Amino acid sequence: MAYQLNGTTFEADEEGYIKDISQWSRELAELIAEDENITMGDDHWEVVNFLRQYYEEYQIAPAIRVLTKAVKKSMGPEKGNSKYLYELFPYGPAKQACKIAGLPKPTGCI
Amino acid sequence: MGDYKVPELSEFTEIPALQDGSMSHSSPFVAGPEYQEPLGFPGELVEDWHDKAIGRFGDLLTKSRALRVYLDSCVRCGACTDKCHYFLGTGDPKNMPVARQDLMRKVYRRHFTFAGKWLPWLVGAEDLTEEVLDDWYSYFHQCSQCRRCSVYCPYGIDTAEISMAARDIMDHIGKGQKYCNEIIAKVHTVGNNLGLKGPALANTLEGLEEDIEDETGVKVRLPLDEKGADILLVTPSADFFAEPHVDGLMGYAKVFHQAGVSWTISSYASEAANFAMFIGSYEQMREVALRIRKAALDLGVKRLVFGECGHAWRVAYSFLNTLAGPWDFLDQNYPIPQHICEFTNDLIEQGALKFDKSANDHMTLTFHDSCNVARATRMGNKPGGQFEIPRAIARAVCNNFVDMAPETIREGTYCCGGGGGLLTDDLMELRVKGAKPRMDALNQVVQNDGVTHMIAICAICKSQFSKVFPEYGMEMDQVVSLHQLVGNAIILDGQETDGEINDETEDGAAPAETEE
Repeated sequence: MAYQLNGTTFEADEEGYIKDISQWSRELAELIAEDENITMGDDHWEVVNFLRQYYEEYQIAPAIRVLTKAVKKSMGPEKGNSKYLYELFPYGPAKQACKIAGLPKPTGCI
Repeated sequence: MGDYKVPELSEFTEIPALQDGSMSHSSPFVAGPEYQEPLGFPGELVEDWHDKAIGRFGDLLTKSRALRVYLDSCVRCGACTDKCHYFLGTGDPKNMPVARQDLMRKVYRRHFTFAGKWLPWLVGAEDLTEEVLDDWYSYFHQCSQCRRCSVYCPYGIDTAEISMAARDIMDHIGKGQKYCNEIIAKVHTVGNNLGLKGPALANTLEGLEEDIEDETGVKVRLPLDEKGADILLVTPSADFFAEPHVDGLMGYAKVFHQAGVSWTISSYASEAANFAMFIGSYEQMREVALRIRKAALDLGVKRLVFGECGHAWRVAYSFLNTLAGPWDFLDQNYPIPQHICEFTNDLIEQGALKFDKSANDHMTLTFHDSCNVARATRMGNKPGGQFEIPRAIARAVCNNFVDMAPETIREGTYCCGGGGGLLTDDLMELRVKGAKPRMDALNQVVQNDGVTHMIAICAICKSQFSKVFPEYGMEMDQVVSLHQLVGNAIILDGQETDGEINDETEDGAAPAETEE
């Protein structure tokens, strides 16, 4: 599949993960999120930004515990848990949030 | 998530009315060249795919006597027809094990039997047409290779072997499955299914050490790449990444700590899973397994312990010696390899671990036998140890434990619905429907015995149930790791307690080295 934004085509795989992660932009993220029926709020952005930052350092999305800990630090203990992250990204913070953040899909027994 | 109906749960799993072709649309993403070629498979469907497929089929028949026997010996008695969770959940007659086998058997007869070559119409022999190939791709990816049907087959025909062979043939003509092949290639390059590189793994493990210290006040280590450690822990990479898997990993760490043994994880062999088994590729399976051998040699360990992973334990228990042996450099006084459940249970039997079982009192638990552990391995030195040992651990650390209906556990256990390389989002309908028999049995103990949580000892089972529980009205965290419960209940030397528990050892005392 592919996304269309301002006349540009962004190639993505069958599930909507963009193929060239360097093409990512906030506008594209909002478009991908729309496809996932998610309206990006501040908390969504906080998670997406953290994922991208972590990816830059480690070339992979953070483990769920690493993510919840980071969220706890920045948004407080009532939000730093996987329940809240699933509220933000119902199809799972790892997979759905990665898609919106323009990162490859984590694979394996997860 | 697709427009299908989640099955309604029933008191007993009933044999569904037949719905011809109801799952013929279910088919996982085909692997593109970027996932095929690293494994040495053609990038896309080759032009002479028919001849290539029959050629490969012939090769497999000469290599595997078992495959030929399975294809020859079915007498169509029907014993298997209602044993597959995917048939029970979908009603598609092609998900009856005999029908799934027949997809391959009819081609076998056409090309490899005298009668089928000359009188195909008399013996149900058929050509491998494009339509048949599509059926193969669809229905051999609706088999989780759980081997439940083979338990009830009077001839012991193993449909898993047939579906592995079919996938191998399809890989060799350029029609592989994206999910499995992408993952296997990742293991070859990075060392695990996730693609979790050394620095990320180190960062993750450090975080877990902090968490355990925050929770207990005790410094419990999760060592990485430590040369000279006694034990190499090989565990599914989901244990580093996902919930409830990671709670299990912290449980193993606490057990190792309390046992006073030195252990390490390897960043080179940071994966217990071996998806090459799912695609029936001995060569790939061997390459993945050899990483464990290299890590064990490089780190100079004496023992090999496997974490909670179902098919990994099959590969380890049943094939590791032929794949990557001999293991003569390890300490022969311990099982090679050893399951983490064996390790923990030995300590429990020696009275070397102390538990506060009340830490798990907010739950009533039941145990889901994982198919590969139940039907392809053993634990301990008695028959049935793979059923008894995990339950013995559960009973040692929990006050409330209830088993599900006997025909749905132990060797008759139902697959979670996501095994055998099917734990992928593009097969979600199949996964949800295939979980029905297990969900029926679970629902009964939930209703009748107040069960709140189900224990699993397989990364795939844990992820699958986290995903499908909400479809059936349950919460995703109602599946737990066995060593999560161990971790909850274990009393570490020097642990900060609520004051209710008597901790006999002195604060800060080094844990005692325990002989096994």
